[in-house]
Amino acid sequence: MTEEIIIAGFGGQGVLSMGKILAYSGIMQDQEVSWMPSYGPEMRGGTANVTVILSDERIGSPVLTEFDTAIILNQQSMDKFERTVKPGGYLLYDPNGITRHPERTDINIFKIEGAKQAAEMGNTKIFNMVVLGAYLKMRPIVKLENVILGLKKSLPERYHSLIPLNEAAINNGMNNISEVQAT
Amino acid sequence: MGELKLMKGNEAIAEAAIREGVDAYFGYPITPQSEVIEYLMAEKPHERTGMVVLQAESEVAAINMVYGAAGAGKKVMTSSSSPGISLKMEGVSYMAGAELPAVLLNVVRGGPGLGTIQPSQADYFQAVKGGGHGDYKMIVLAPASVQEMADFVELSFDLAFKYLTPVMILSDGVIGQMMEKVEVKEHKPRMTDEELIKRSPWATVGKPKERERNVISSLNLDSHIQEEHNHKLIAKYKEIQEKEVRCEFIDCEDAEYVIVAYGSSARIAQKSLQLLKEKGIKAGLIRPITLFPFPKKEINEIAAKVKGILSVEMNTGQMIEDVKLAVEGKVPVSHYGRFGGVIHSPQEVADALDQKIKGGFKDE
Repeated sequence: MTEEIIIAGFGGQGVLSMGKILAYSGIMQDQEVSWMPSYGPEMRGGTANVTVILSDERIGSPVLTEFDTAIILNQQSMDKFERTVKPGGYLLYDPNGITRHPERTDINIFKIEGAKQAAEMGNTKIFNMVVLGAYLKMRPIVKLENVILGLKKSLPERYHSLIPLNEAAINNGMNNISEVQAT
Repeated sequence: MGELKLMKGNEAIAEAAIREGVDAYFGYPITPQSEVIEYLMAEKPHERTGMVVLQAESEVAAINMVYGAAGAGKKVMTSSSSPGISLKMEGVSYMAGAELPAVLLNVVRGGPGLGTIQPSQADYFQAVKGGGHGDYKMIVLAPASVQEMADFVELSFDLAFKYLTPVMILSDGVIGQMMEKVEVKEHKPRMTDEELIKRSPWATVGKPKERERNVISSLNLDSHIQEEHNHKLIAKYKEIQEKEVRCEFIDCEDAEYVIVAYGSSARIAQKSLQLLKEKGIKAGLIRPITLFPFPKKEINEIAAKVKGILSVEMNTGQMIEDVKLAVEGKVPVSHYGRFGGVIHSPQEVADALDQKIKGGFKDE
């Protein structure tokens, strides 16, 4: 099993750290993982994206142009990455700030009001964890328990008190994802 | 089994340096390799192992600090990216001349000039054909994973001290910036002064009464002595070519076409093999791990069994020259690559080979 994911949005939305937690979770369930960020000028005040691969086999290219799953968190990323989802693949997006919704008919499309849910929970910083929860529901490849283990491993110990909040955000995302289109 | 971590290539090499018992790192930040010095500064290895980590005032200063520490027999390394490596090349030539062991990391970005900060393999010629002046070579290792970034620290120092030569780890923005699972080795203690003198009797560690002064220099005003020195260096490079070639073969057994690619291009090409298989093309991959010494014999042997060889590099065609020399005209050799910081996709590589086969696979 190999899952090739692109996560794309604005710098500051927690795109890279969400990918990192996903990669850590993969390690927790003995998978091979790779995490390849955009580190160019676009990251310095603009869009940020990361390619995460989880696989049971040795990973070839860490750089890809088409994906099993795209997690899209702003309009620029929608314009750039909607077309990169493989036919029959998955697209998850937050409609907040989206002016042109996805138009593909050959892929599965899901929606999560991540920004809204995080605001309702009183902490906009956990936005990315809400989105991660939605992803885990949509693509149950990584087990929740391994995500929590991954969180423990990737967060410095002084932040471990925040793990319950992150777990609540993940659960929120799992409960509030909605299906827009199934192939 | 060592500890498993999720790390960037740049962080893995820094952690591996601490665990290798390196005595000193001198560097100057530049994208896409600044994480090396950032990680070392944050870890404060001086408090644990005594390793010195210093941000020099420039690349030129850093490489001369490396020269000084290497002359004292210390395990010393530096890192930079393309424009910074160019600045360091004078020092590298001096170290090759003075026969000093040291490890340099180049996390390559697109050029020439300041170029771009995106990944590239445009420094192949600089690394394997010289870069600095004079008749010298340095051993060049090309990691294709975060694990190899870590593992090649030990290998590089072993080779550097065995052959008394600078060794370069030639990486790029992909391998430096990406995170993968990495198993880090146990800590090795740094060498004591007594151990160092025993290993490196040539080192300038202060003159005892029993021996003559040790001199570290690359200057020979007598041309005949310089010529003799050049003979000695050439003999060393010949021995390295004979003994130290490393390369990996993937699906080469019944391949009709073979891709030669190193580092991140080899990773990308590995995925291309799958795509080619779906098109019904039998393709294999030769991944040179050492770029000097280049796997000439290995490529030559495979050339006899295939219809064509494609050199895939993120540059306008550099390694292809060494591939051609290795192939000795047995089969056509062609090149494919994106450059200037653009990374070719697995699909582009597969399509390029497919198109070339359809066009009768010609020599380039």
